[in-house]
Amino acid sequence: MGVDVGAGRPSGRCLVSDDRDLVVLGAGMHPWGKWGRNFVEYGLVAAREALADADVAWRDIEFVAGADTIRNGYPGFVAGSTFSQALGWTGAQISSSYAACASGAQALQSARAQLLAGFADVAMVIGADTTPKGFFAPVGGERKEDPDWQRFHLLGATNPSFFALNARRRIDVFGDTPDDFALVKVKNSKAGVHNPYARFRKEFTLEDFASSPIVSDPLRLLDVCATSDGAAALIICTPEYAKRKLGTLEGTVRIKAVANTTPTYPQVRLELPDIATDSWAVVTPPTHGFKDSIARNAYEQAGLGPDDIDLAEVYDLSTALELDWYENLGLCEVGEGAKLVRDGVTAIGGRVPVNPSGGLSSFGEAIPAQAIAQVCELTWQLQGRAEGHQVEGARVGLAINQGLFGHGSCTIVTR
Amino acid sequence: MTTKERVPAVDGWFTTEEPYTLIGARCGACGTYVFPPRSGACPNPDCASTELEPTPLSRRGRIWSYTENHYAPPPPYVAAEPFEPYALAAVELEEEGLVILGQVAKGVMAADLEIGMEVEVDLQVLFTDDEGVDRWVWTWAPAAPQGGAS
Repeated sequence: MGVDVGAGRPSGRCLVSDDRDLVVLGAGMHPWGKWGRNFVEYGLVAAREALADADVAWRDIEFVAGADTIRNGYPGFVAGSTFSQALGWTGAQISSSYAACASGAQALQSARAQLLAGFADVAMVIGADTTPKGFFAPVGGERKEDPDWQRFHLLGATNPSFFALNARRRIDVFGDTPDDFALVKVKNSKAGVHNPYARFRKEFTLEDFASSPIVSDPLRLLDVCATSDGAAALIICTPEYAKRKLGTLEGTVRIKAVANTTPTYPQVRLELPDIATDSWAVVTPPTHGFKDSIARNAYEQAGLGPDDIDLAEVYDLSTALELDWYENLGLCEVGEGAKLVRDGVTAIGGRVPVNPSGGLSSFGEAIPAQAIAQVCELTWQLQGRAEGHQVEGARVGLAINQGLFGHGSCTIVTR
Repeated sequence: MTTKERVPAVDGWFTTEEPYTLIGARCGACGTYVFPPRSGACPNPDCASTELEPTPLSRRGRIWSYTENHYAPPPPYVAAEPFEPYALAAVELEEEGLVILGQVAKGVMAADLEIGMEVEVDLQVLFTDDEGVDRWVWTWAPAAPQGGAS
């Protein structure tokens, strides 16, 4: 079913058509963890696993889309090149994308555009990261004009501070409780125990929260996702390539939508890492806020709506943010997110499981790899290969996240 | 050392003499507001103006949300030692249609705050620089009763 797409941007540029489907031929990951080794090492493991899964030789890859990391020196800024060199130069076409947390989805979009334009038939999308300990901090140097530097220097506004402002709104405006947030962690940790790629494979209970220290009130350490090392890769191709290779398209996982969406002025919701919102004094805010519009753009591309979704991987940077995504995706009305987790609707076995991989809660965030890992998980779920955390009969999966400074991304895959 | 002059931690974002106000920018063509202040292009996509002028913002607003940080942020924040938890508030200015983040005045913690509460701009020392000069920053402080002594 479709959704009402009357509001917001004109939709003519993303007509719904099966002609724009691409096929996911293979997916691969390096497990998430915290080892501090060279990120390229992790990327190679993911790349080789994806190539093996696709049964495609490295030399046959025509386009390499790298998702960049900004905390690993120059090789991280040119990830497409770095991974191509590590796997052995083949003269392929490349791109390197940075879009904060949306970098992986941006790389996927880059490859998708190349394939849909007919410039290549088969592509690798790859991202890997090695992260420092503790809070994410701005990159080094005194950069007084950089809003990311300013919010740390002038305000001490860490990432969890923003998650907490949002969580406080949920408590005071919707009547959510800290226990509702904890239930998200309980649910995700239960799923993550069974995921061999997850970093934290321990089941948490509500009782564990009482002894978890407050980071940014009302959020505790267990409410906030960690920063991790990890890598993920996808091999995607045109339907023609897949048909030549497989003999049929039946049963293949299709990419139906990749939306990389900006906010619409005025963006009146205070979002990481902004010191202030846009002003609504003169210009009327759009009907749909930024995070709503990311999902709506993807639904529009896919010709699908919230009722069609069998499972979703959402960016649970904090437990409370996962509840926001339920509402942004249209899985429930605004303010009703907590009810879904309380009623088990979003647990494996529920009506629409969310984060059956275990989510960022079980992985921690490896920025450029994370959005790609979300699509790896959807692929395995749709293929019935998510052993131990399988969503039975899943046909339609959605992954969504939000990069700093208004880089939204949402991917929809079907089988 | 005491000095009357308050040296801001960032130039041009707030006044350093009473009554303290934040300074935003306003578009001379469409009238929209911007904070932090800047020059150059108006952020309104339907306005091509490049005339953004500094303008004082309302001194008072209402809390949109708040939090309290219990861990020292990483540099470039200059954390006090030993670290003391502090509150942050995102405050809605009705006239300008803006929500602006700020630290809450020292000693006022999350338990003292609620959404919708009226607060006003004040200043406090953010850190002392390498030359021993106190650097000041804006804060949100519980609003004094209108007309009363502050």
